Amino acid sequence: MMKEHQHYLSEMVKELKPSGIRKFFDLAASIKGVISLGVGEPDFITPWSIREAAILSLEEGYTSYTANPGLLELRQEISSYLYRRFGVQYNPIDQVIVTVGASQAIDLTFRAILNPGDEVLIIEPAFVSYAPLVTLAGGKPIPVSTHPSNGFKLTPEQIENAITSRTKAILLCSPNNPTGTYLNKEELTNLAAVIEKHDLLVVSDEIYAELTYDEDYTSFASIEGMYERTILINGFSKGFAMTGWRLGFLAAPASFTEQMVKILQYTTMCAPHMLQHGAIEALRNTYHEVESMRRSYRRRRNYIVQSLNKIGLDCHNPGGAFYVFPSIKSTGMTSEQFAEELLLAEKVAVVPGSAFGESGEGFVRCSYATSLEQLQEAVKRIERFMNSLELKENRAEELYSNN
Amino acid sequence: MRLSGEELEVLSILEENHRISVEDIALMVNSSVEDVTAVIKKLEDEKIIVSYPALIDWSKVADKENIVAMIDVKVTPKRGVGFDDVAERIYRFPEVTSLYLMSGAYDLSITIEGKTMSEIARFVSEKLSTIDNVISTTTHFMLKKYKHDGVIFGESNDKDHRMVVSP
Repeated sequence: MMKEHQHYLSEMVKELKPSGIRKFFDLAASIKGVISLGVGEPDFITPWSIREAAILSLEEGYTSYTANPGLLELRQEISSYLYRRFGVQYNPIDQVIVTVGASQAIDLTFRAILNPGDEVLIIEPAFVSYAPLVTLAGGKPIPVSTHPSNGFKLTPEQIENAITSRTKAILLCSPNNPTGTYLNKEELTNLAAVIEKHDLLVVSDEIYAELTYDEDYTSFASIEGMYERTILINGFSKGFAMTGWRLGFLAAPASFTEQMVKILQYTTMCAPHMLQHGAIEALRNTYHEVESMRRSYRRRRNYIVQSLNKIGLDCHNPGGAFYVFPSIKSTGMTSEQFAEELLLAEKVAVVPGSAFGESGEGFVRCSYATSLEQLQEAVKRIERFMNSLELKENRAEELYSNN
Repeated sequence: MRLSGEELEVLSILEENHRISVEDIALMVNSSVEDVTAVIKKLEDEKIIVSYPALIDWSKVADKENIVAMIDVKVTPKRGVGFDDVAERIYRFPEVTSLYLMSGAYDLSITIEGKTMSEIARFVSEKLSTIDNVISTTTHFMLKKYKHDGVIFGESNDKDHRMVVSP
C-alpha cells in the first residue's frame, strides 16, 4: 500500500518556505480593478526589433539545440557588451554562458561552488530566490541585514560580523531588489577589502545594471583584484524588457564556467535557440531603446519618491532598479498588515517588505514600472488610505480622552 | 542653442504629453514648480516649443473625415532666396498642413487636407502649378493613417499581460 504522498517527498524541499509573495499574489489576483505596484518586471513590451529578430529566426527554422553555453555569436556579443559597458574582459569561447534567466545562472553558480554546509552571505532585504537556491545546492544561506539609516547599503562591518570559517561566498545585488539600493565604485572597493581578507567568492547579480539613474554603473568584476573571485550574473530581463524570454548570462573565470557548463548540459542543454537570436539583436541594435526606458524609469522614480515622502511615507531615494522601499513604521502596522489593508481598502497592491527578509519588516516594496497615470492614481489612493488611518487614530484618542 | 539636462528632460516629457501638470513635471525632474515654469516659459519664448496641438483621429468622427494628399513638387530655385520664397508662397495656404524641403527626386513635399478630391485637385491645378518656378507636381492620396508622429492610430495590441504581483 502506498503511504501518504508527503512521505515520499524530499525533506529539504518540504522545508523550503513558499515565497511570501505567493500568498499576496493570490489575494491581489482575486480583486478586480487593482492598481499594482507589486510587479517585479518592466511595463515595457520587448522592443519590436528584438521580437522581430526572434520571429525571423523561427521562420528560418532555427529550432535545433545550440551549443551548451549558447550560440557563439551571442556569447561574442555578450563579451563585447560587457567590455563596452563595464570595462570587463571575458573570452566568449570559455568564459561566458547563456542561461535560462539570470535565475538559472545563480543556480548554476551555487551548484558549482558549494559543498554541503558551505555558507553564503545573503544581503537582506533580498530577492526571494537567493536563499532557497543556496539551500537546494546543499549550502547554508546566512542572512546579513542592512540598515535603512544609510539607505540599506551594505557595509564592510556587516560582512565581518557574519563571517565564519564556513563562509564560502557572498551574493551581491546592486541595484537591489527590493530596495533599489545602488553601491557605487567606492562602496564596492571598501567591500572588496573584506572579501579579499576572508578569501570569499562573489556572486554579483547585476541584472539591474542598466537601470541606474544617478551614477555610472560599476560592475563588481571591474574592482581591482576582484575579477578572479567574481561570478558576474546579468541578463536581458530588466534592461531590455525581456523578462518572459528567460534569457540571462554569466561570466566568470574559465575554471568556474567549465564546471557550470557540465551542469547546464545535464539539466537544460541550452537556452532556447530562436530566443538567442532575439538577444543578439538586442545587444547589437537596440541600446538606444534601453536608454529611453532608463530615462522613463528615472522620471517615475523621482515622481514616486517625492510623492510618497509628501504623504508621510518615509522613502529613501534609490539609485537604481524600479523599486522604492518606503517605511510604513509610522502606521504602527506590520508590513503584511499594511499591504493587506491597503489592498482591501484602496485596491493598491504593494509587496510587504517582510517577504524579502527580516530587515524588510516595516517597509513595503512599490514598483514604479507602471504608467505615470497609474502611479498618480496609486499615490492618491495611498494618501487617502494614510488619512483614513490618521482619522481612526484621532477618533480613538478622542474616545480615550472623553472617557 | 545648448540646453541644460533639466530643460531637455522637460522638453521630452512635454513632447510625450503636454497636458501633464507643471507640478508633476517638477516631481519628475526633481525640481521646483517655479523652476519648471521658468524653463517652459523660456522654451516657449525661444520658439523651441512651437505649439501644443492635440493629435486627433478625425476618421472616427462622422462627417469630419478629411481627404489628405501628399504632393511632390519640383521647383527651380530662385537666385538669392533659393527655395524659401516658393516655399513661403505655398505654406501660406491654410490647407497646406506640412511642407518640407527634400533631397532626392523632387524638392518640396507638401501635405494638404481638403474636404473633397476636387478641392485638392483645384488646389493643385489652380494654385500650386501656376506658381512661377514650380516645374511639376505628383499627387498621392492617403488611404489610411496607421501611425503619425510616433503614435499608432487605432487599437493597440500592446496589452499588459503581467501578473499582478511578482518577485
